[in-house]
Parts: sequence; C-alpha cells; structure tokens
Amino acid sequence: MSVWDDLVGQEQVVEQLVAAARSARVVLGESGRSGDSRNSGAEEQSGSSGMTHAWLFTGPPGSGMATAARAFAASLQCTSPDLELGGIPGCGFCEGCHTALIGSHADVESVRTDVLSIGVKETRELVRSASMSPAGGRWQVIILEDSDRLTEGAANVLLKAIEEPAPRTVWLLCAPSVEDALPTIRSRCRLLVLRTPPVAAVADVLVRRDGIEPEMAAFAARAAQGHIGRARRLALDAGARERRAEVLKLPLRVADLGACLAGAQSLVDAAAADAKQVAEEVDTRETEELRAALGAAAGVGGRMPRGTAGAMKELEDRQKRRATRTQRDSLDRALIDLSSFYRDVLAVQFGAAGELSNEEMRQAVERVAGESRPEATLRRIEAVLACRTALERNVAPLLAVEAMAVALRAG
Amino acid sequence: MAKKPTEDLLAPLTVVVGQEELLLDRAVAQATTAARQADPDTDVRDLQPGALQPGMLSELTSPSLFSERKVIVVRAAQDLAADTVKEVKAYLDDPAPEVMLVLVHAGGAKGKALLDAAKKAGAREVTCPKLTKPAEKLAFVRAEFRATGRSASEDACKALLDAVGSDLRELASACSQLAADTEGTIDETVVARYYTGRAESSGFQVADLAVTGRTAEALGQLRWALAVGEKPTGIVFALASGVRSIGRVATADRGMRPGDLARELGMPPWKIDRVRQQLRGWSGDGVAAALRAIADADAAVKGGSGDPAYALEQCVVAVSRAARSQR
Repeated sequence: MSVWDDLVGQEQVVEQLVAAARSARVVLGESGRSGDSRNSGAEEQSGSSGMTHAWLFTGPPGSGMATAARAFAASLQCTSPDLELGGIPGCGFCEGCHTALIGSHADVESVRTDVLSIGVKETRELVRSASMSPAGGRWQVIILEDSDRLTEGAANVLLKAIEEPAPRTVWLLCAPSVEDALPTIRSRCRLLVLRTPPVAAVADVLVRRDGIEPEMAAFAARAAQGHIGRARRLALDAGARERRAEVLKLPLRVADLGACLAGAQSLVDAAAADAKQVAEEVDTRETEELRAALGAAAGVGGRMPRGTAGAMKELEDRQKRRATRTQRDSLDRALIDLSSFYRDVLAVQFGAAGELSNEEMRQAVERVAGESRPEATLRRIEAVLACRTALERNVAPLLAVEAMAVALRAG
Repeated sequence: MAKKPTEDLLAPLTVVVGQEELLLDRAVAQATTAARQADPDTDVRDLQPGALQPGMLSELTSPSLFSERKVIVVRAAQDLAADTVKEVKAYLDDPAPEVMLVLVHAGGAKGKALLDAAKKAGAREVTCPKLTKPAEKLAFVRAEFRATGRSASEDACKALLDAVGSDLRELASACSQLAADTEGTIDETVVARYYTGRAESSGFQVADLAVTGRTAEALGQLRWALAVGEKPTGIVFALASGVRSIGRVATADRGMRPGDLARELGMPPWKIDRVRQQLRGWSGDGVAAALRAIADADAAVKGGSGDPAYALEQCVVAVSRAARSQR
C-alpha cells in the first residue's frame, strides 16, 4: 500500500507528483540522484526543478483533487528508509505518510469550508501561518481544498504568499477547473489536471478499499459518473439511493403541469430536509459546546454570561450559511442525476454504444427516448444545466427548479 | 375603538390597551380633557415610558396641600419593572381619592398580570387595536371627516387612503387639512387637487394585476412599488407565488372538498377561492412561460443584469401576456 493507491485512474498525475517528491528530497539535501537508473523516466525531470512551491490541482468534482493533494503532502513528509534505496516517496507506512494522510501532521494544514465561501479574514490567518518554518524541518504544506470558494478579496490576499512563500512552504490549491482560480493565482501555480476516473476503476476502488459487493460497486460507480465520493455514498447509504431514485422519477412525470410543480416542490423540500438533518446532527452539539466553553449555566437554555451573545450570534450565522450550502449542494446533486438521465436518453436516441449511467432504469430511459426527439433531449439537458447556473446566481431554489421542470415539460 | 359616550370619563382608573399610537393618544387626551373640564386646576402628570421609578407612585398619589384633582398617565405600562408593578398593584387595592390613574398598555402577553389586576379593580377599558384591514382604515377616514362635520364621498376616502398611506397620524392630519381648506362635499377631485400619487404599493398588488392580465395597470403599479422603495426581489417573489398558486390550483383535483384541497395545496380556503377567480385566461403553457420569465427576472434582479427595473417590466409583461394565453 502506498499513498498513491487511492488516486483512481490518474497514472499521469501520480508520475508527475512522484517526480516532484523526489526533487523535493534533493532540495532538502536528503539524497542526491537517488539510486540507480531504474526509474529514469521520472528521474529525468528530477533535479530540483521537479519541485515547486505552488500547485493547482484541477479536475472534475469527485476525481480526487483533494486526495491527490493529500497524497502529495504525505509523500513530501515521507521518511521511509526505503527512499535511500530508491523507493517511491509516499510509502504509506512511515510516520510522516500516516499522519499526513489522517490529518494530524503538524506541518500539513488542510483548509476546507462547509459554507459558501472562504473570506479574507480566514485567509489572512492562513498567510500568517504560512510564513513560519515547518516544525518537522521538512516542508510545511497548506492544502486549500476549496480554492474555488475563495472570494476575490481572499484570493488577492493569497497572491503575495503564493508567489514568494517561505523557503519550505508549499501551497496546494484544488479547484474544479482552471477558470475557477483568478488568473493572477493561476499564473503563480504549476497546473496538474486530473481526469474523470473510468467507471471500472471507481468500482474497483470501492470493492478494494471499502469492501463493497462488486455488483453494488458497479452500480454506484456508474450512477455517480466518476465522482468517487458520491459513488461511495450511493453504495453505502440506502437513503441516498432512495433519494436518487425519487429524483429520477421526475422525467416520467413532467408531462403534467401539476406534477411538474409538485415534483419541483418535493425536490426542494428534500434538499431542505437534507440541510435540516445535517443541522440537527451538528448544530445542536456545536451550540452546546460553545455555550459550555463560554461558561453557560448547566442544562439546556441556561443563563449565559454577559457579553457572550456576539459569539453565539456568530456561530448561528455560520450555521445558517452552512445550511444554505448544504441545501444547494444537495439540489445540485439531484440536478446532476437528472442530467445523467437525459444523457442516457440521448445515448439511446442516437444508438450510441456504451453503458448507460442508469442501466437499472433502461425501460424508463427507452420510453422517454421513444417519446421525444434528440433536439428536445438536448434542450432538456440545457434546461437542467441552466437551473444549476441559476442556483449559483442565487435565484430562489423553488423558482429555479420550477422553471426547469416546466422547461422539461415543454421539451 | 370602544368609545361609549355614556361612559364615565372621570373614572378613577382607566386602562388604554392597544398599539395604535394615535388612538392611544386620543384616548388619553380624552380622559385628561374631561378631568380638566371638571376642574380647571387639575394637575396632569404624563409619565413617559420608563419615567415611573419605584417609590414615585406613592409620592404622586399622596394627597397634596391644595387637595387638587390629579391625573397620572403611565405610558408603556407593560414595560414597568417588577417592583413598580407591585406598587401599582398595591395602589389599585387602595386607590387615593381625587386621583385618576390612566395606564397605557400595549396588550399582549408582556405585563399581562398588571392589566388583569387593573381590569379586576374595575377599570374603564379603552381598546385601540391596530387597524390592519383596508376596510377599517376606510372607516377611520370616514369617521375623521364626520368628526369635522364634513361629508366626503366614498371615492374620496379611498383616494386619500391610496395617496397618504396607512399611517393613522398622517391620515388624520390630511383629513383635518382637507376639512379646513375646502368647502362643500369632499369628493375625488378635491382630494386629487391636494394629494396625488400612491404612498404604498406592494409586490402582491403588482402580482394580482399581472396574473389577471391587466398589463397597463400592473406596469403602473410596478412603477409605484419601485418608487416607494419595494425591493425588486420581493416583487419577483410575489409574482412567483402568484403564478405558482395559479398553476397548483388549476391542476388540482376538481372533485376535492375545499378543506382537503386547502390542506393539499397548503393555502387557506379564501385564497383558493381568489385564485380560482384569477384562473380565467390561463393555460398550462402560459404558466410554464410565466414561470420561466420570472426565474429569469429573479436572476436579473440579483445582479444578473444592469437594470432590475427593466427586467421586472419585462417579467410583468410576460406574466400578463401568459394570463391571456387561452384567448
């Protein structure tokens, strides 16, 4: 097992990162040209030029950008004795690899957000810590898992730090596409492009890593269309599968206006319920913890000390923003499932070879395909994508989904 | 406004309950004026909210050397501190002669104990609830004109309400102004000479006009709504919920009983009836087109376009066109 195992179907990227990790060792002066000429392919780009201080990982959601970044971080911290013998950095066993992967390494900081954006305030704090020397004497790695959620101001705060970081600091930014990063950020980073992992590879990793039945794994990998995290969730969570099936009933019912409106309502309600579930799981505990930390009287609803209302309010605001984000994400997933359905319809209409994402719904897909023309299917896919854009622009969710549903009805 | 002329305005204890400022003031003024009429030397103490401190009440109600009549007005009695409430209650059990106590209370749950105690002590009660329904406001305007001894036409009262808005103080002053400045019957043209325009216009009024296909009126109302500072997002929301309820009521099962239907759609029965009246002229495709136009407008007013007002106009036109799509 090595840290690269979880990177599904990204051989090219792995090769590049391994080379970089080797060069990083050269920079640290831990080894010269390691070993012999066995791995000359990677060795050629080596020297110290394989390593750089800022990387931008891009790729479709779920292709494992954050996983790649974390694996790279681990390989930078790898202290395996095998390295002296020409082993690949990132053994997965040494203390450096292990702690970096589980997130407890002192020099690896992973930044992600569960709200809609990362603001200037948090970013300043990050820049400050980036200027320090690594505690372990190797590399200080900062992973920005949601760098597409940086506000413009926050991204500008980062510029200076990314351009000329402290000698042993490495920035790893992750974003779905290059366009999601400011041009000024982009130009300061080395770009790594991950591809959508093939369905078979995803199914394989589900079986190998999570011990899921091969049949279920194949279904989940197909349905998730290359999104590894989503595939895992579909395979493990019956509720998620049920919700997905519910969403996919919509295309069969859109002929009737009443069903359109009711379907839109239930879609939005389901997203709201998701958000509420998350809120119930996390919010109450968070609130109680903060209350205890601020010295509230024991018991629920106990009296708060003076001057703590502000902190409570801040937490409440954050929880509210998180609820918005959760609701939006859940709606977005539903929309992607919908578009996968119409993609299948189009594939059937054109008689394209290859597997359907919704193989188990082949009958429904064929029915819709028989009832409409490819032009209409394309327009419907457009409508689903337009709804995603509308949600991004903050259009009221119910309204946006309704507009989409009636557009699906029109075909 | 339970003003009974036979009531004893000089009752030793009066509670004025409600939240309509103007009416509260009037009720208090009525009591103090009556007291002054009975005895010109009456000492009126009008205690603003928070002015009544512990200990003050017994000082105020203790007999004075000249044994003059006293009126003590306590404003915002619901906000009194617990200690002061205790004092007031003690006073209620043992009222002083020649003292009129007027408690102004907002009603509601806050400070309810004091209100109940006062009622139990046999207080004269004047209620001044907020006027919320248009009909109540109309009645108020009519009563204002009648009080000044002038006759006003129904249309004039409506026009005045449209132009001045629903603030009672402003309405009252507008009425007295009109009564002072004009002669004869007050009709629409007289009102129009002094007051024009529209003080209040909401997105829901725009939506009601648009879904019944009255394009011109809807656009006019939209302009007023924007002019009085309605938020574009609110107007879009009103349009969306208008069209949404059209779609849902139109597609609902006709055979259902009104109560079940209301539960199914999550709307009150009166609203279903109203939406049914708006249904005429709508078609399924009309609802679809309208919803899409509204969704576009929502994106536009949330920063998608440079001119929210234009986007809204387009949207209103699209909705009212859809409202006539069947013809």
